Amino acid sequence: MRRSDTRIAILTLSGFIAIVFFGWVVGPRTPVEVDQVGYRGVAMEQLAFADDKAALLAANVAPEPVYDRDTEDTTKASEIYENVQVLGDLSDANFTRLMAQITEWVSPEQGCAYCHNDDGNFASDDNYAKIVSRRMIQMTQHINSQWQDHVGAVGVTCYTCHRGNPVPENIWFTDLSTTRTGPALGWRDGQNAPGIGSMSLPTDPLTRFLLEDHPIRVQTNRALPDGVNTQTIKSTEWTYSLMNHMSESLGVNCTFCHNSRDFAVWAESPPQRAVAWHGIRLSRDLNRQFLEPLQPVYPAHRLGAEGDAPKASCATCHNGLNKPLMGVSMLETFPELQAPGAN
Amino acid sequence: MALLSFERKYRVRGGTLIGGDMFDFWVGPFYVGFFGVTTIFFSVLGTALIFYGAALQGTFNPWTINIAPPDLKYGLALAPLKEGGLWQVITICAIGAFASWALRQAEISRKLGMGLHIPFAFSFAILAYVTLVVIRPLLMGAWGHGFPYGIFSHLDWVSNVGYQYLHFHYNPAHMIAVSFFFANAFALALHGSLVLSAVNPEKGKPVRTPEHEDTFFRDFIGYSVGTLGIHRLGLFLALSAAFWSAVCIVISGPFWTRGWPEWWNWWLDLPVWG
Repeated sequence: MRRSDTRIAILTLSGFIAIVFFGWVVGPRTPVEVDQVGYRGVAMEQLAFADDKAALLAANVAPEPVYDRDTEDTTKASEIYENVQVLGDLSDANFTRLMAQITEWVSPEQGCAYCHNDDGNFASDDNYAKIVSRRMIQMTQHINSQWQDHVGAVGVTCYTCHRGNPVPENIWFTDLSTTRTGPALGWRDGQNAPGIGSMSLPTDPLTRFLLEDHPIRVQTNRALPDGVNTQTIKSTEWTYSLMNHMSESLGVNCTFCHNSRDFAVWAESPPQRAVAWHGIRLSRDLNRQFLEPLQPVYPAHRLGAEGDAPKASCATCHNGLNKPLMGVSMLETFPELQAPGAN
Repeated sequence: MALLSFERKYRVRGGTLIGGDMFDFWVGPFYVGFFGVTTIFFSVLGTALIFYGAALQGTFNPWTINIAPPDLKYGLALAPLKEGGLWQVITICAIGAFASWALRQAEISRKLGMGLHIPFAFSFAILAYVTLVVIRPLLMGAWGHGFPYGIFSHLDWVSNVGYQYLHFHYNPAHMIAVSFFFANAFALALHGSLVLSAVNPEKGKPVRTPEHEDTFFRDFIGYSVGTLGIHRLGLFLALSAAFWSAVCIVISGPFWTRGWPEWWNWWLDLPVWG
């Protein structure tokens, strides 16, 4: 190759790279909005483009209640209707109001018949969805009364997860797809596929941490290996995978809960880390106590590839925001969801 | 003084960038020049301000002195001196000192009738610094996005900025920059060992020539880049490393706010996968 040819080739190649790169880089973008978390210069910050953030917030507005709450009716729902197991202490008016509201929250297109038989017998438990929704109301009351360490006084309602869908968008199932070996090669050891956070980390941290109870804080706090911590690099990757799930679910980066100069130390972590710690336990509690036990109730098409029940993760409630529905509480207008037996 | 008297014939007047004879003299071995004076001015002032900041902070431990940029709420305005204003003035001093240093290199090169490759190369280091503390903060709308001046504190900044994008090693420009840094070290190791091997023959034998060096690499890998070419290559690798470092940070924030792993979804989304 002549010298000038080489030069032309190099120039063309670098010109091509430069054009592609800078064309992408200087493409039109809205300004970036940044929230400072820590002390100045520590770079604990949350970033988003203005248009992305506006779209995310617009998709997470808490709806107004359809009907006002009744304060006069004293007839209890349990005195009028049969088979009211959970909400019997509500007045007839507020019971009917909640039913109408749940329809708006959960099955606005399918209507009452999504849970109730359309033969007019609303007391019947023949429809699996009615059994599930009764359990979900109990779960909501359980979260609001037992898990204030995580949900505070804001609490949750059906809408926090359902958002107008009979099945919430962000549910999960156990995923064993990367644990099966191929005919010869292809053993992926539960990882090495673009999964959580588009990384090749372990594919299913949710089964391991939000259903099963494996240690998450596996980091060694001594300088040198001393045989005390027997955790492997793989277990740190499991943890990293879970952390990326939380990051994705809440629309935040690592520095929302951690100062990365020392991930482990609580004293240098923002208080949100403690809230998240309770959130992990909350999610595990719900999956074990409420969601996984419903497995026999579901028809086959509602189950996952491994035949397991749909489960909840951080994303199920958070839907991309660190405060679901921007922290707006709907409990004030629906106090019956505050605790078991509340009215 | 033998060396200095030998050098005296290279000490010619003129070649300055601002014209005239101002500061066109030497102090001992050092050429001063107008930009030597501005270098000293900015570096002394900046260093004194760092000591002032350390005194305010209450430590003179060199590891933990921390001159932090302002809070983001000050945007692109000046901040109070004790709340990041010091960082802003020190940044001006640093840029003044670095730019003066480059211009002094240019003046010396002009005096000697040389090319301007040295200041050109050094300006890539300045570019990398200016990208971090001026260009990116301007694009993101706050001086608070600059990095803090301190040994530990700037490392904490680097760590947290990396984790703002979940996994910085997936940043494509970071990948290119790191590759250039490694290639740069590799090329320097090959070049240094080759030259030393040529000038250290068996005892009693004459020093080997560049022809020996070329022949070694032709025997070895079929090609020798040559005596001049290796230096072109070395400069290209080193400047590319600095350039892509600047690129990798300036795209993080102004042009991408999510995890860098997610950026690679374009690969998964290619239509060729069906």
